[in-house]
Amino acid sequence: MADILNALAVFGNFVAVPGIAYGSQLALGALGITLIYAVLRFANFAHGDTMAFGTMAAILGTWGLQAAGIGLGPLPTALLALPLGIAATAGLVLLTDRYIYRYHRARRSTPVTFVILSIGVMFVLNGLVRFVIGPDDQRFADGERFIIRARDFEALTGLEEGLTIRTTQLLTLVVAVAVVAALFWFLRRTRTGKAMRAFSDNEDLALLSGVDPDRVVRVTWLIAAALATVAGVLYGLDKSFKPFTYFQLLLPMFAAAIVGGIGHPVGAIAGGFVIAFSELGLTYAYKRVAGYLLPEPWAPEGLMQLLGTDYKFAISFIILVVVLLVRPTGLFRGQVI
Amino acid sequence: MRGFTIAALAATAIGSGAALADDHEVKIGVLLGFTGPIESLTPAMAAGAEMAMKEVTDSAMLLGGKALVPVRADSTCVDSAAASAAAERLVTAEGVAAIMGADCSGVTTAVLQNVAVPNGIVMISPSATSPALSAIEDGGLFFRTAPSDARQGAIAAEILREKGVEEIALTYTNNDYGKGLAEAIAQNFEALGGTVTINTPHEDGKADYSAEVGSLAAAGGDVLVVAGYLDQGGRGIVQGAIDTGAFDVFYLPDGMVGDSLPAAIGSALDGSYGAAPGSTGENATTFEGLAVSAGFEAGPYAGESYDAAALIALAMQKAGSTKASDFAAAVLDVANAPGEPIGPGELKRALEIIGAGGEVDYQGATNVELIGPGESAGSYRQIEIRDGAIATVGYR
Repeated sequence: MADILNALAVFGNFVAVPGIAYGSQLALGALGITLIYAVLRFANFAHGDTMAFGTMAAILGTWGLQAAGIGLGPLPTALLALPLGIAATAGLVLLTDRYIYRYHRARRSTPVTFVILSIGVMFVLNGLVRFVIGPDDQRFADGERFIIRARDFEALTGLEEGLTIRTTQLLTLVVAVAVVAALFWFLRRTRTGKAMRAFSDNEDLALLSGVDPDRVVRVTWLIAAALATVAGVLYGLDKSFKPFTYFQLLLPMFAAAIVGGIGHPVGAIAGGFVIAFSELGLTYAYKRVAGYLLPEPWAPEGLMQLLGTDYKFAISFIILVVVLLVRPTGLFRGQVI
Repeated sequence: MRGFTIAALAATAIGSGAALADDHEVKIGVLLGFTGPIESLTPAMAAGAEMAMKEVTDSAMLLGGKALVPVRADSTCVDSAAASAAAERLVTAEGVAAIMGADCSGVTTAVLQNVAVPNGIVMISPSATSPALSAIEDGGLFFRTAPSDARQGAIAAEILREKGVEEIALTYTNNDYGKGLAEAIAQNFEALGGTVTINTPHEDGKADYSAEVGSLAAAGGDVLVVAGYLDQGGRGIVQGAIDTGAFDVFYLPDGMVGDSLPAAIGSALDGSYGAAPGSTGENATTFEGLAVSAGFEAGPYAGESYDAAALIALAMQKAGSTKASDFAAAVLDVANAPGEPIGPGELKRALEIIGAGGEVDYQGATNVELIGPGESAGSYRQIEIRDGAIATVGYR
């Protein structure tokens, strides 16, 4: 029995707990991508850098609050700066929509035009973020770092293996659940949410029923900005903020959105966890887990690692390609909101 | 007409070049990465080398009063093609007698193979540490006042075994430096009877190292050796390993020794240990004083640069010639015992002794002792993290 618990603790410490946190962060990012795709009908390549911009604004706010001596006790100060980050990002995406995307929407340009435009926006944001906060790592997490430390867990349970849960990991999960619940309530229960779904389902029919398209577009951008900022701040709190890593997050986030079925919010969440657990699960070395579960003589000599950790990014890419080949609509039959 | 003008200009340029390069002057190339990843270190390194050259010139003792004239060129540290082109210019256009440089291991290898060896030019690098440079085909022209990481690997293995460590897990930053150092540590540690449970690379510049830490933890070991950079992936690995309780004690090689690491990690790093190049004693202190009076701060590898330039001058004096084929063989002679020990700022005395037919044992700023194929034996500062600060335990 103790062996099974030890195996679970090792697995939890190195795969399950980080996977849940990472999966929640990817899910929030993929939700933003999927919403833009559902309503505006293009793949927004600038989403990773929008996340970076929102996080940067929140970090600047955090520094301001810290300098003013305002904090949240055991919780990170960045939570207080979150509204500021969301507001700044909302302003930014509304500006890009007004001056870049709107013109082409009126002309009904092809989706590929929008994709190219979003790549342009991506590069501009890329530079903007680096200009303001620099290309280096920024750590802005404060407050209590751990909920339970590995050593305390060992002492508490008497197990040989420790389990660490960091504050930011639990916080990520709680905030992600709250945000997703609010989003689904909004989409299913409110008039605007229903208008968005109608618009996504059939644009012309929605317009005939008196849905205001400008309003739908605006609300979609605002929600996407909020999701991007929350995802970015949670990722930055849990790991660290660096403009380049946010740009790199684009691949796993798109993979998550497509695996789940692009345009489908539930799919984006499922996709986020599928990608996160594939990345961690396939590159984890199961030697210690197997050592506890298998009888002594069968204990493995090797590391029992399927792929080196260098292949982490390749995994989301492979999943993306396989899904597009085998089931292009994704797990949840995407395309409608 | 235009062709004529260019030809005339070229002739004038050559003429003036020849006029400058009279018998009185000897040009020495200073090939360092003035732009690129180590651009913050190179100004002090160049200043160190040029200080030695000025000292020699001022003494008026080199081969009957010759002056050493430094010519700077940019190695970029990372771009082998640019470094080779810069070195080519030093050799063909400036006609340098020797090159003090290059700095990083990759460009040093390229310049040595593409320029120095084909043209028969002596190169003394102050900072290239890759073990691969020890075995390189250099025609006896290449030396370095920095120790090879093969030596650092041996020292790391010794320290670990002396602490009674049986098993280590090893991770390195995925480049020439990290790979060379990790291999050296692993080989030496296994030769001393230890076990390396895993030897795996990590990429710098990632936000999350939980997967890497996971596989290191699965392999297990008493100590985690992190051959990385303290402001990069190395810190991420250490932080991740401490957070998950995977490892408590770390061995920190030169790239990980710096005040920012204990500052970032906190008290959990206490008890970890390591070693980084560093010399002690009178010579290092004297050099720091000389640097301050010359108007610069003696940063990392500035002493090595001073020594590299000084060795070039002393070897020329010893061989009685500024031709590489003559003085290359004399470098080891002047650097090692027997002879009168020479510290920094004593180049005039050294030139006098050699001029009178005597022997010198050049110590310089970093206690130079050239071993094997002409590289510094290296002195290392052994450190331990105590109360969140780096404490020096000893030198070896």
